[in-house]
Amino acid sequence: MIRKNKRRFSAAALVLLLVPVAGAGFFAPYDPITQNRDTPLAPPTPIHFVDQHGRFHVRPFVCRWLADDPGGVGTREDCSQTSPIRLFVRNERPVEGQTLNPSLRLFGTDPQERIFLLGTDGYGRDQFSRLLYGGQISLGAGLLATGLSLGLGILAGCVAGYFGSWVDDTIMRAAEIFMALPWIYLLLAVRAFLPLNLDSRQAFLLLIGVIGVAGWARPSRLIRGVVLSGKQRGYVLAARGFGVSTASIMRRHILPQVSSVALTQVALLVPQYILAEVTFSFLGLGMGEPRPSWGNMLAGLQNYYILTAHWWMLASGLALLPIFLLFYSFADSLQRNFPDLDLAR
Amino acid sequence: MRRRGRRGCIWIWIWIISFWLALGSDAVPQAATGNEDVLAVAGDIGRRGGRLVASLHSDPKCLSPITAVDASSKEIIGLLFADLIHINPYTQHTEAALAKSWKASPDGKRYTMELRHGIRFSDGSPFDADDVVFSFKVYLDEKVHSPQRDLLEVAGKPIQVRKIGPYEVEFELPQPYAVAERMFDSVRILPRHLLEHVYEEGKISQVWRTTANPAEIAGLGPFRLKQYIPGQQLVLERNPFYWKVDPSGTRLPYLDEIAFLIVPTEDAEVIRFQAGDIDVISRIGADNYDALARDQRAGAYQLQDLGPGLEYNFLFFNLNEVDPQKLPDLRRKQEWFRRPEFREAVSAAIDRESIVRLVYHNRATPLWDQVTPGNKQWVNPAVPQPPQSLARATALLHAAGFTRRPDGVLVDPRGQAVEFSILTNPSNAQRTKVATIVQDDLSQLGMRVHIVPLEFQAVMTRIFDSYDYEAAVLGLVSGDADPNPEINVWTSGGATHLWALTEKKPTTDWQAEIDRLMRLQTATLDYRERKRAYDRVQELVAQFDPVICVASPHVLVAAKNTIGGFKPAVMGDYALWNADQLYWRLDRHP
Repeated sequence: MIRKNKRRFSAAALVLLLVPVAGAGFFAPYDPITQNRDTPLAPPTPIHFVDQHGRFHVRPFVCRWLADDPGGVGTREDCSQTSPIRLFVRNERPVEGQTLNPSLRLFGTDPQERIFLLGTDGYGRDQFSRLLYGGQISLGAGLLATGLSLGLGILAGCVAGYFGSWVDDTIMRAAEIFMALPWIYLLLAVRAFLPLNLDSRQAFLLLIGVIGVAGWARPSRLIRGVVLSGKQRGYVLAARGFGVSTASIMRRHILPQVSSVALTQVALLVPQYILAEVTFSFLGLGMGEPRPSWGNMLAGLQNYYILTAHWWMLASGLALLPIFLLFYSFADSLQRNFPDLDLAR
Repeated sequence: MRRRGRRGCIWIWIWIISFWLALGSDAVPQAATGNEDVLAVAGDIGRRGGRLVASLHSDPKCLSPITAVDASSKEIIGLLFADLIHINPYTQHTEAALAKSWKASPDGKRYTMELRHGIRFSDGSPFDADDVVFSFKVYLDEKVHSPQRDLLEVAGKPIQVRKIGPYEVEFELPQPYAVAERMFDSVRILPRHLLEHVYEEGKISQVWRTTANPAEIAGLGPFRLKQYIPGQQLVLERNPFYWKVDPSGTRLPYLDEIAFLIVPTEDAEVIRFQAGDIDVISRIGADNYDALARDQRAGAYQLQDLGPGLEYNFLFFNLNEVDPQKLPDLRRKQEWFRRPEFREAVSAAIDRESIVRLVYHNRATPLWDQVTPGNKQWVNPAVPQPPQSLARATALLHAAGFTRRPDGVLVDPRGQAVEFSILTNPSNAQRTKVATIVQDDLSQLGMRVHIVPLEFQAVMTRIFDSYDYEAAVLGLVSGDADPNPEINVWTSGGATHLWALTEKKPTTDWQAEIDRLMRLQTATLDYRERKRAYDRVQELVAQFDPVICVASPHVLVAAKNTIGGFKPAVMGDYALWNADQLYWRLDRHP
């Protein structure tokens, strides 16, 4: 019973975390690329219930943020000007030249004021909005890359395991080569050969393609192991004896055995591929400015000044922790349900 | 008897004082120590001993003054070798170095230099006029392809050198040149006894790679190479034969050793500086400066903001002639880039004030042309400095036939969306940030801009070899306040005419005018006339935007408090230009 609850709990928690990311257009108060150049590197906006005169307000409010001195680089709070936090606001007019539509947002404040739940980055862009929009890229890339690599892995593993002999040898040697290559260095070199103008959609697809294709080898070996033992089962041998076609055997007898392994692999691979996307974007290979991704949001932390004085820039890195824990806990709970399968990671 | 002696005394004093005035520098020539013609420099009297640790951002590519082009190599070469006449980065004036005096002929075309007698290379071999003649022969040899050759030309023709006596040489210029003295700065004298046979074999361009044995390298600089471990550190030791002494007669340099750690990123440099591993940092970014300023007192180090130097950062478009078969997209986009209204609109749209504030934390000066306020002698304050104006930019684009679609995208007269990429090198975080701000500014005009971070060598290859790029953000630092070393940048056909390396002859009227003015200021002797010409060059650059200058970062240095003689300058090697006079105030490193 505990196991079942753990599975449900982690699945539910994951969905709960992923909903704001998927619905970033509603949950994020601002768009991710608008620069507020007067408030760079501002800390998270404190939310007040008691104003400077000591009065309690039921509706929380935020104070205005100003530059420390005209032309200065620091920011400070000025509580003589406050604005309440409102729910269900319409975003302000889009900035001239941007093609984002004004839309309904979960929360916000007055049009001239700003609420930065997680502070701003070096250009004054709202970190919380960037976290949600960036999560779409990072989590989306992780999920889609998992799908791609698992798809390729199942195909390769089934073919290798079922047909055996030279087919198996070729595929497995290829898998070993793929696992041995140092992908990060290769991709750093490859970037120089890619066309200069990659828009965000192309960069996203490229990321998914690269991570997915680079990672088919490990799941394919696991799947091959399952297929190798599975094809010796009595009912499979009987089906073969009856002359059922290969494709049918695969579909009706082999794949269901593989499915449990595949599901667990999904839960294990997704966090790894999210991390791969974060790494590539951190190094400048994935999403480019100004579109956010959890990786390029962390890139600024290589700077000593930002790392030591602006803790809120770590937000996207810290956001990975609950995601990873929940995915691994989900995978763990799945593994416990299938104790007869010896699953090596 | 006594009267004659006193008269004789007076004459000696008159001779010494007039000799000193004639030199016009603040170095007092001392009587030879033994048989040597040493140079006594003014400054603190320090204590000998100790080791200074500095850092380099990358391994030096080679230690040969003949072929070195990268900054790390040049920094080390500056400490290993010496020149005839040196520009003091602190005062920005010339001073005597290996040439202890020189005279110009009345027509300004001949310079006769007297060299120091009796001084020796770092391996003990004597120095004389043959070394000077040999060095210039190598630099000017066309087959050697030394980058120094361009700098030794006046009006396109090389200078000539002739030996007159064992310690006397004469240089002949093809035409009079106002700042001929400054031309000799950083032209390092090579050891003939080690390199002549290599030159005759034709292998001089490959000499002194970083794998060379330290014993094979000899120079006249304050230090000599002791050890080099690639990727880790490079150690220099005192040159025992160095020809400068301090006011008390002690031979310089004071330091026993200087070690350069190879630290690729500035952030790592700052951390090691705070940890005490590194003693001096020559260049810090503004954000790291603020981070260090927080801990200044506890850390026992000093920080100095010296104001704008000679560096200028700019955005430029690819205006090279390219093969339409190989780069059709670029060819199409160059129709936009070549319109001066397009470039002017981009320049008008850039928010320089925000760049100075956000990227450089107010430790920079906005620029509209290539000369910074740090160059007091040559800056043209009359160049217009318009603030950001999107309205003006939009009007300029309209005038050039660009329009905005209803969805906000800017399209050219043919209806194609204006979209291009900007190359940057991510190891320079500040230029990448400048590109991000420019990207946001241009998106207000409806242009779609992509930022492409590429590794440094890849950027250089695209700019200098394949011309396969659309726009880039780069920076240049002039070696001298005088406009002359920049001639290769601004004239067509120059080796660093970055945005249009294929333009061997001027293709526009304004480029032809710039060429004419740059040649004029080379040949004119009168400073005011040269200033007028160069002022006009600055106006043309600001008006026609071959490069769109953005900002000049301030020179920021950091050093431990216990370093004596520390006098950073805004030119040259900011912190180590006087490495031969630096010393430790207390007993420090063993």
